[in-house]
Amino acid sequence: MAKKQKSLFEIFTAGFVKENPVLRLVLGTCPTLAVTTMAFNGLGMGLAATAVLICSNALISALRKIIPDKIHIPVYITIIAAFVSVVQMLVKAFVPALDSALGIFLPLIVVNCIILGRAESFAGKNKIIPSIVDGIGMGLGFTIALVCMGSIREIIGAGTWFGIQILPAAIDPMLILILAPGGFFVFGVLMACANKLAEKKGKAPATLNCAGCPASASCGQAQKGGCE
Amino acid sequence: MSVTGLISIFLAAILTNNFVLSKFLGICPFLGVSKKLDTAVGMSVAVIFVMFIATAVTWPIQMFILNPNGLSYLQTIVFILIIAALVQFIEIFLKKYIPSLYSALGIYLPLITTNCAVLGVTTLNIDEGYNYVESLVNTVGAGVGFMVAMVIFSGVRGRMETSDVPKFFQGLPIVLIAASIVACSFLGFGGLVDGLFN
Repeated sequence: MAKKQKSLFEIFTAGFVKENPVLRLVLGTCPTLAVTTMAFNGLGMGLAATAVLICSNALISALRKIIPDKIHIPVYITIIAAFVSVVQMLVKAFVPALDSALGIFLPLIVVNCIILGRAESFAGKNKIIPSIVDGIGMGLGFTIALVCMGSIREIIGAGTWFGIQILPAAIDPMLILILAPGGFFVFGVLMACANKLAEKKGKAPATLNCAGCPASASCGQAQKGGCE
Repeated sequence: MSVTGLISIFLAAILTNNFVLSKFLGICPFLGVSKKLDTAVGMSVAVIFVMFIATAVTWPIQMFILNPNGLSYLQTIVFILIIAALVQFIEIFLKKYIPSLYSALGIYLPLITTNCAVLGVTTLNIDEGYNYVESLVNTVGAGVGFMVAMVIFSGVRGRMETSDVPKFFQGLPIVLIAASIVACSFLGFGGLVDGLFN
């Protein structure tokens, strides 16, 4: 019993640091760059994706023996799209400000590689409870990375944090950090920091990971030696 | 709809609202397959091709089937299924009838189903309220913009191969920093389209 609990705990914490989906597995880069102009948007996006991830992981894991292998990707996409539509409607109804801030990236959770990648590499092979725990862990890891990036960009780029003025108004914020180039820059620097930490623990630096990519089985690039 | 309006949509989609560098759509292929010029071009052509067909199919479905029946909340689920089916269909069609094109583009097609640029452009066309012709022009512009970014970036990466990068920035971090500088240069196009046409 104790052993089982420990393994659940390990699954739960894996997504935080060791297998952080954004900084270690390099999945879901598009929303990471696009919505992190403010910490609040990062938090909202992270939680919306987490909700979808938990639900889709649970359902896919429950149906894993019924779904025929040949059409499993379309089935997964349909399940994910259904949950995304639900989340989209809930956000529109209850947090309209977040809906307009995230814009097109809310429906685009459907094609977020984190969700399809976890369905493919975890939920499709494991029981319901570990799958839900994996969904929570990975989702929170995604949220943490987004909030970190959003905080850095918002504090330096706008002088505020969650909308509260942090830097004295006399200091001009560096606007470029909340524009598009700042997104790439902060992401690159954060990933370099993550690599430095990983190196200390003797781990390999992050690369674009074909194992997490849902298309890896059928993708010619993967057979030619990966994306990088 | 005037021709200048269409040209302004087209140019805006390529330069000021570049899909990769200012809207952050299609980052995975931008980082993944931009290492060599030929793969960058192949991927871009495949994306333009799928985006165009996807827009040509999804716009009428949204306007003539979903909207009149009050089903517009099904947009996301319907669009992604159409795109997934289309990509499969295109793959089978090319394999059977145009094998030369299939051997050039085939390896990129499975990647495109989950490419957010395709679902993104179809959804954006509806959100912006474009008509059918405007949607198609915007789609081609977005695709060409994607190609421009990929081709420019493959050149930048070629230069980076030979440069001496600090240890922890090797690999992806320096690629992202380079992308940031390329994105900076695209900021320079801001206001260009408005200045030319309005």
